[in-house]
Amino acid sequence: MRKVYSRIEAIAGNVITVTARGARYDELALVNSAHGQSLAQVIRLDQDKVSLQVFSGARGISTGDEVRFLGHSMQVSFSENLLGRIFDGSGQPRDNGPSLEENLIEVGGPAVNPARRIIPRNMIRTGIPMIDVFNTLVESQKLPIFSVSGEPYNELLARIALQAEVDLIILGGIGLKYDDYLYFKDTLEEGGALSHCIFFVHTASDPTVEALMVPDISLAVAEQFALQGKRVLVLLSDMTNFADALKEIAVTMEQVPSNRGYPGDLYSQLASRYEKAVDFEGAGSITILSVTTMPGDDVTHPIPDNTGYITEGQFYLRNGRIEPFGSLSRLKQLVNSRTRKDHRAIMDAMITLYAAYLESQEKRSMGFRMTDWDNKLLKYGGLFEEKMLDLSVNIPLEEALDLGWEILAACFTPAETGLRSELIAEFWPAREAVS
Amino acid sequence: MPNATGKIIGVNGNLISVEVEGNVALNEVGYAVVGAQRLKSEVIRIRGNRAEMQVFESTRSIGIGDRVEFTGELLTVELGPGLLSRVFDGLQNPLPEVAEQHGFFLPRGVYMAPLDRTLKWQFAPAVAPGDTVRAADTLGTVPEGIFQHCIMVPFHMRGSYQVVSIAAPGEYTVDTPIAELKDAAGELHQVTMVFEWPVKRPITHFAQRLRPTEQMVTKVRIIDTFLPVALGGTYCIPGPFGAGKTVLQQVTSRNADVDIVIIAAVGERAGEVVETLREFPKLTDPRTGRSLMERTIIICNTSSMPVAAREASVYTAVTIAEYYRQMGLHILLLADSTSRWAQAMREMSGRLEEIPGEEAFPAYLESVVASFYERAGLVELNNSKKGSITIGGTVSPAGGNFEEPVTQATLKVVGAFHGLSRDRANARRYPAIDPLDSWSKYKGCNDPQRTEYARDIIFKGNEISQMMKVVGEEGTSISDYITYQKAEFLDRVYLQQDSFHPIDAAVSVERQRHVFELLFSILSAELKLENQEEARDFFNTMRQYFLDYNVAEWQSEQFKQLEDRIRTLLKSKQIGIDPVAKELVASTD
Ligand SMILES: Nc1ncnc2c1ncn2[C@@H]1O[C@H](COP(=O)(O)OP(=O)(O)OP(=O)(O)O)[C@@H](O)[C@H]1O
Ligand SMILES: [Mg+2]
Repeated sequence: MRKVYSRIEAIAGNVITVTARGARYDELALVNSAHGQSLAQVIRLDQDKVSLQVFSGARGISTGDEVRFLGHSMQVSFSENLLGRIFDGSGQPRDNGPSLEENLIEVGGPAVNPARRIIPRNMIRTGIPMIDVFNTLVESQKLPIFSVSGEPYNELLARIALQAEVDLIILGGIGLKYDDYLYFKDTLEEGGALSHCIFFVHTASDPTVEALMVPDISLAVAEQFALQGKRVLVLLSDMTNFADALKEIAVTMEQVPSNRGYPGDLYSQLASRYEKAVDFEGAGSITILSVTTMPGDDVTHPIPDNTGYITEGQFYLRNGRIEPFGSLSRLKQLVNSRTRKDHRAIMDAMITLYAAYLESQEKRSMGFRMTDWDNKLLKYGGLFEEKMLDLSVNIPLEEALDLGWEILAACFTPAETGLRSELIAEFWPAREAVS
Repeated sequence: MPNATGKIIGVNGNLISVEVEGNVALNEVGYAVVGAQRLKSEVIRIRGNRAEMQVFESTRSIGIGDRVEFTGELLTVELGPGLLSRVFDGLQNPLPEVAEQHGFFLPRGVYMAPLDRTLKWQFAPAVAPGDTVRAADTLGTVPEGIFQHCIMVPFHMRGSYQVVSIAAPGEYTVDTPIAELKDAAGELHQVTMVFEWPVKRPITHFAQRLRPTEQMVTKVRIIDTFLPVALGGTYCIPGPFGAGKTVLQQVTSRNADVDIVIIAAVGERAGEVVETLREFPKLTDPRTGRSLMERTIIICNTSSMPVAAREASVYTAVTIAEYYRQMGLHILLLADSTSRWAQAMREMSGRLEEIPGEEAFPAYLESVVASFYERAGLVELNNSKKGSITIGGTVSPAGGNFEEPVTQATLKVVGAFHGLSRDRANARRYPAIDPLDSWSKYKGCNDPQRTEYARDIIFKGNEISQMMKVVGEEGTSISDYITYQKAEFLDRVYLQQDSFHPIDAAVSVERQRHVFELLFSILSAELKLENQEEARDFFNTMRQYFLDYNVAEWQSEQFKQLEDRIRTLLKSKQIGIDPVAKELVASTD
């Protein structure tokens, strides 16, 4: 039995400090207070002073409360029994099912050896042209949805989850609104997917520190399934809450902030989670789709900024659709050369022309005379938005490519598109199908 | 004197505080003993008998009172034959070999010898008994892939030595003594093919540094023509996320006209290294006909690997570069991203509670960045051969704003600046190097005056397009409109380049010169275009031809046909040559 310490020396924010011997870095402890039990984790050692972050928050903890060290760092039970279950941020059941204690695995384990990774090669089809054609999603990709609050990002996540061809879905909810949690649950249930889902959900009303564990637990479980050969899709919503929880602890620990109060290691902290996305040679894979709500719609805010530097692209969600500019799947070139040979060219040409359309639109709004060319672009822009950009469009990639050619042919002569002659010879529609 | 030992008295992230018994040195390596594991660490501050150390591993489960064993040695890399085509982490652990023994994950506290101990090298002596040698002199050579790898007198040996014996031609492992040297005091020293060198100390065993003048060809048009890099020069690529820094470095690592490329993946995505790792063995190096991997070394300390080792990794990379430079080779070191290295410094500085500078970076950031880039250069070696190190580093500025400490510190010391722009990336104008803001102090592959002429068109075109936003197309004169179209055309067919197209991705200097001449004749042409409609049509068609031309095989039938087509189209509208250009041509031809 581990020794119990009942003298808490300091309480600040959600961090408590006790005098103790034998504690180890990252180790877990149980704090017993009048309000019940909470897990806590060692985050600093200084001689015999041990600082711990308390998962359920330090509010209500008294200096006389008991702290018992557990002798291990965070663990989670791993087995098939997790399937269909719902847990909270520290891994305790949120549904009415039994608590799971068997086969405990380490959370936040070592990084994958880069030499053992393989180049991602499988496209994940979603039926959404803005993704499949322009920003193809790839197995093992890590990709956030950058969004302002109020956008239907959770709807988009849920739709991708339902349509994506994967074996297993793990939802990590971080500060998730209760309604959104229920929305995920209902949508996946209706879609018949719940039996291959696992939820680790921290809701907005749960203690902040508990949010910190969600990505690690979700990814530790995902990793085990992936090692068993499963293709796992991990959804993390909303990573901004995760970063804010990190900031809160850093401030309490009086770390020197680097940028707008966020700790200097924000990049490393986020990266160590996102980098769990992987395609294992000879086994399964982990794909991470997350949500990062942009505070003040500002992409240069440290959270989206650091996230952008870590992830393999991003989808900007604005006005209910995926923005054609800025949105980017960096792995697309690994797969879109093998889908259809016009895929890349169509993707580039349509985006370039859409950019020109926006310029024409701006000119028009400033009252300039529209040239023939402007008028062509205006027609094109309208068709593009209606037939491609709209998130409700649900067609397979090949159909979407054909549609792309038809839209171009309806608006332009071949030379105006900037497409290579060889592709034009093969794909340019004989007649104008769309008008 | 026995090595010092210590006792851990504090743990804060990857920083441990240690109470030391005995003497320790700054940057000395010690091992924190945690159960059965020994975790490599480096002393980064000493105060009295208390040392602060950065741990090159996760510090999970370290406890107060755990032992630290010091080694008496600084952080070093191992130098010898067999570094080429290998993949190391920031501390020079060979990652594929670690994977072979430990599987998918990077276990903590596992360190493996960088060089293969069993491999035998075909040694040919280059000195004879009685010869006098000094540090860095060649004792013999072994073939390593495409190079003759020089076995040199270890760099740390001071003064001059007499060769007492030298191994006969034959096969030896790296640990076999191949020479016996006698110092001035008559003491004998055995030398093998391998030795160590502290990573943070530059190797300076050369006669003199020279000014970099020769161009380092990257086969990227916008760089080689407009923003060139010199052999032995330095350059940086700052840019917001997703603007194309990594892709640009990847194509450069494939195509650059140098002997050896060292890729340092510093705190970025593991997946990007994997692309290189898996692709390079399959790609042939056009210079040698051998696999690209044979001229490549990868130092890989990606973002989820320990942060302290990330800080070390850039030094590991540049030290290995210096070692090969000593053999008279030209090395290109590409570091992606130097910001992650700076951030690693910032993390440690924060934990040491140093007084923070701007954005919490340490006050010494600038001098550390400067001394890193200073390790680049073209040198004349003691044997009068030349060797060089060219360093290209990406910078990942917070918020994409170049007015931040790392970008600014870097811009002060480099010779070329390839700034990537978010707007160009969004408009898919790749490589998204901003032609207006970027600069280079080096000389490019085309006639400087004509290059300047073309560059001027980019600037004018930009001004006109700004103006057009206000006055509209109808308010723009036809001559301005043509200039604008020329600038757009130049941008589309020359500045932009498809990094993923087998032909367009790499354009030889010969082809660049040829194409640039043709381009110049279009840019400098006075054209008979009546109105804007007609001008746009002309340039649309011209662009179409030129894009096809760019992806045609160099000097193929198709290439020539397309060129004819371009010339014919030009002739159909040309009525003269811009007088400025005419003068310029007259003065240079
Ligand atoms: N030259 C290019 N040609 C075509 N596409 C490109 C080019 N450069 C970049 N891209 C596209 O942009 C994506 C992002 O590029 P890259 O990964 O090089 O950005 P980065 O600047 O390194 O970003 P980060 O700072 O986040 O690492 C690529 O995956 C590719 O889709
Ligand atoms: Mg990059």
